[in-house]
This record gives sequence, C-alpha cells and structure tokens, in this order.
Amino acid sequence: MTGPGDIRAASGAPTEAVLGRDGLDALVQVLKRQGRTVVGPTVRDRAVVLAELDSADELPHGWGVELEAGRYRVRRRTDGAVFAHSAGPQSWKSFLHPPRVRQWTAERDADGGLTVREDEPPGVSYAFLGVRACDLHAIRILDRVMIGGKYPDPAYGSRRKGVFLVAAECTEPGATCFCVSMGTGPAVDTGYDLALTEVVDDGGHRFLCRSGSEEGAAVLAELPRHQADEVTRTAAAEAVRRAAGNMGRSMPPTDLRALMRDNLEADRWDDVTARCLNCGNCTMVCPTCFCTTTEDVSDLTGDHAERWRRWDSCYDLDFTLLHGGPVRASERSRYRQWLTHKIGTWHDQFGSTGCVGCGRCIVWCPTGIDLTEEAHALHQEATRQRPTP
Amino acid sequence: MTLVPLPHRLMSRHRETADTVTFELEPLSGGLGPFAPGQYAMLYAFGIGEIPVSVCRTAGGGRLTHTVRAVGAVSRKLCDLPTGASVGVRGPFGTGWNLRAARGHDLLVVAGGIGLAPLRPLIDSVLAEPAAYGRLNVLVGARTPGDLLYRTELPAWRRPFGAVTVDRPAGGWTGRVGVVTALLDEALFTPENTTAFICGPEVMMRATARELVHRGLPAGRVQLSLERNMRCATGHCGHCQLGPLLLCRDGPVVLYDRTEPLLTVREL
Repeated sequence: MTGPGDIRAASGAPTEAVLGRDGLDALVQVLKRQGRTVVGPTVRDRAVVLAELDSADELPHGWGVELEAGRYRVRRRTDGAVFAHSAGPQSWKSFLHPPRVRQWTAERDADGGLTVREDEPPGVSYAFLGVRACDLHAIRILDRVMIGGKYPDPAYGSRRKGVFLVAAECTEPGATCFCVSMGTGPAVDTGYDLALTEVVDDGGHRFLCRSGSEEGAAVLAELPRHQADEVTRTAAAEAVRRAAGNMGRSMPPTDLRALMRDNLEADRWDDVTARCLNCGNCTMVCPTCFCTTTEDVSDLTGDHAERWRRWDSCYDLDFTLLHGGPVRASERSRYRQWLTHKIGTWHDQFGSTGCVGCGRCIVWCPTGIDLTEEAHALHQEATRQRPTP
Repeated sequence: MTLVPLPHRLMSRHRETADTVTFELEPLSGGLGPFAPGQYAMLYAFGIGEIPVSVCRTAGGGRLTHTVRAVGAVSRKLCDLPTGASVGVRGPFGTGWNLRAARGHDLLVVAGGIGLAPLRPLIDSVLAEPAAYGRLNVLVGARTPGDLLYRTELPAWRRPFGAVTVDRPAGGWTGRVGVVTALLDEALFTPENTTAFICGPEVMMRATARELVHRGLPAGRVQLSLERNMRCATGHCGHCQLGPLLLCRDGPVVLYDRTEPLLTVREL
C-alpha cells in the first residue's frame, strides 16, 4: 500500500496523502476492523444527523444544508461533496456524555442493610468521522469539564478514552457559523488522529488527508492513497481560507468575558426575555452544555434502587431549586445565566470559553434568538452608556 | 468515594426541634474523610435521593454527625430514619472554614437557624485549642426559641462572649429579640484583627457581612458558607453556579471580598 514519496512519521507510516472515494470507503472498514464503532454524519429525517455507520456509502454524499436563525433545511448539491454541510442538530456530546447514564444500583436487604454497585463503564471504542474544527474544540472543552478536574467522571472518561478522531476541515460554513471569531476554526490545528480536507475541482473529488498521531498514521498506511501533490494541497488550503471568509455570523470585537461580567443588569436582557421561550433547545444542541441532574428510582418492591444521570438545562425552573424556591425564578435570569456562563464565567470555571461558534443554538432556537446578535446588542448598550474618553 | 455512596448505619438520633434532627452515622466498613469543619457530605436516602449536608461534628472511626432540617423529600426521609437504618454517604466535598488563617485573631461565629450546624465543628476546633486564638464570640439567631439547636451546648459557648437572639419570642422567652447583627455591639473583638465565620439565610449573611465590613473587618477575613442546589458535588452537574463559582467545588465556604459583587445581583 505504500505510495512512493510518502512523507513519513518516525514510525515510517505516512503523515500526508490524498484519498479518493475508495480511500474513504477503506477508512470506515479499517476502523471497523479495529473493533471500533464508527460514528459519522448521515442524512436521516431530512437532517444531517450523527449515527453509527456501516460504510462510507451512508455519508451525506451530495447533501448540503441551509441554515438561518430558527431554520434548518437539507438541500441537494450537484458536486457530490461529502463534508460540505455544517453542524446538524446533534453533536459528539451525545456519544461522549450521553443524555441518560445509569451510575449505580443499590439493593436493600431484609435487615435494612445497603449494598451499592457502581455500573461498569461501557467497553465501546468509538471512531468519530467528520469532526469539524469547532466540534474538536468542543470535545476539548468537555474534556476539561468532565475529566480535567479533581473528580474525573468515569462514564465520560471511559467513552472518551481511545476515541479515534477523523476531523473534516470546514470548507462550507453555514449562515449561522462564527468559528472564526471564537478562534476555533475552520482549519483544524491539533487533537486529531486524521484530518481530511475535501477538494472538488477539475482534478476530481478527493480528500487531502493528514495524520495527527501515530495511530492516525498507522490507519492511513492501510488506505489506498496517492502521494499528496501541490495542486491538491493548494486547493485544500484555499478552500479552508475561503471558508474563513464566509462566516455568516461574528461576535463583537470585545472581551466577551468582561462584557458578560459587567452588564448583568443591561436592558437587553429584558428584550431577549420577551422572545425566549425558556425551552432549553439551545442547551440540548450545544456541543459543550454539560449540565445534568440525578434521578433516583426504585422498583415496586422498594428494595432495588438506581441512580441515573440525565441531561438537564439551566432553563428549567427546578435547576436552582432550594427549599425556599428557585434561585433563578425569572425567565430573564435564566437566559442571562445561559449566555453569561457560556461565553463569560466558563473562563473562571474551566479556563476557556464554552462557545465554539458552531451556531447550533441559533439554528435550533424556535424563536430564532441569535447569541451573536445578543452579544452585539449588549456591547452596543454598554458602549452607549460608557462616556467616550 | 466520590461517585458511589458508602453505606453507613445510623447509630443514634436526637430531635433538636420540631423539624430538625441530629444523627450520628458510622461506616459499615472503611470510612470516608477526614472531613474538615465546613465541608459537606452527600447523604442518600434509599430510593428517594441525595442532598448535601455539612458535617456538624466528626469523631474517630469515620463517624459523622449531621443536623438535618426536614424541608424536602430527602431531608424528611432522613429525619424520620430510625436507629439502625442505612444511609449512603459520599464525601468529603467542598472548601472548609479556613481556621488556619484566623490564628491569633478574635473570632466571630455568626449563625442563623440551621446555619449553626456547619459552624459547630469549627467551634469544637477552637475550644480544643483556645490559646491559638483571641476572643471567641458565638452569635446565634433563630426564628423562635423553639428553633434553637444544640441547647445543651450553648452555655459552654457563652465565654468570652456568646449570645442568642430570636425573631419572635414565645413560651416565656426572656432573652434577646431581634436580628443577629444587633449582638455585634456587645461582642468582644478588634475589627482589624478579627476573622468572621457566618452561616445562615443568605439575606442574614449579606447583612452581617456588610455590617462587619462597615465596622472595619477586611472583607477577605469574612468567611461565608453559601447554599445552592447541588446534584453531583463533583463539579459536573452545573446546578450550584453562582456566577464564576461552582459552589460544590469553590464553596460552600467563600470569602466575602470575592462574593460581595455576586451576592448583590438578584437571581444570579
């Protein structure tokens, strides 16, 4: 399988090559042969969703998406591109930090004694295919939250450990994308095993493939491939560069953390509250929103109990419930909590922003609330109030 | 044991007030800890759920004492448990009182209602080593005389200064009536050389902290124990946020200089 002139890693495996359609097919099969569950984008229910793949045939060949605030449509493309769609309704969070996880079970014996058994982590080994730069950053952010602190979460850690990451650089951002202003894309920098950049031009439909790890290079060595050529390299770089210039949205050019911290009583919070349904969709589709609650259940005998963890949302009135009532009783305070946490206090808690600029919260908001628009409005309100020096 | 509760047996229970019970737990094997004063455990009532409860006394063999007020499904169940019942415990979690920073200082311990519970192990520690500190002041507020906790221990905390006040007198109460901050006038402390430890309803803590700073205490020497909803205690569930703080991890004990701006924003 060695191509002449391969650039090689220390192990002797290639670090860069050009794949055709057959290379993509082989990639899925090689990863499956390694015992991995391959998850990637596929068209289902008129959306590009993330699902377990049996073959590369299931990828969204020739599908694109049209995105706007509160609007998502798939559309046919004429160029047969596989990765020319931006973020769908799901994110990799669904696999690394599933919506429901049983944490432990407990039995009560006849004399009232208690036995608690921790659930074994699943033995799943994932390969994620087609991870955008923004979502690669989202995974890193989740890593810091779930396994980067004093108490690493075993359920997340076991799923995350050994994930094989095939990134796909973004060449066609959606109208709701703003990764450039969050510094998270569209190019992928580090933290992948293989990175693909799709090129469709007179030279054909192909993928520039780079390895970012020894494991990635080893997989690349098993794929049918061509030596990376300058024309493909240039075309790939140009496609990503063009994507950077095609962002549909941007954040205001200011310190967002300070903007959130210093404007907790801005009038704009009332304005957005008039539009916000407090439905929590933005928290469900966000690739980094990690909040959960616990559910304790018991069976009819009353002697068997289970602890489940499920996704929760800061928009839920119960989220801050104390015995005197909820701390954040008003809808205004709950939208404010979401946004100020996402792009403000996340820095204090976990050392980075919680937003990667994927735009999912804008697309899937039933009333089309756009956090970039809200940030711009808060920035303008703050600027108006600040006397010019 | 941070994720899975360790079974403990309820060794003894004592009804403090109409709705509040103090019980002692002993691990069936091994044990958690050590718990520092101000830290908390997650207490699990079988099949019902789990709540954060500060430790109110520790003893050898991993024994833990907790005071619980029945206000919700889990706390009601815990308060009703008979001797011998099983309780799941996780911990220790959170920041404790920083008593080391208070060595050589006059101490102000200000409690409101059930807020006295997390302060009791702090008082224990001070009384075990009185020479290390200046004057100990214990200021206790309760809604009514019937709501006073640890009644048999209160007399021992009277010197150098200790006092109790209630919001609503009843049953022949001849003691003080009014807010706990009113006791500050009689307390024995030199503001610039004093550390304060406060736990109670948030409105009481805000008022007390503000008053202490007004009297010359550095805000960084005012320690508060805050309360928020906590589901996991390990920094993963997001429920206990107060602005930049995850109170399960960065609290419950926090310094007033950092939290003053957060406590003045409604519904933060």
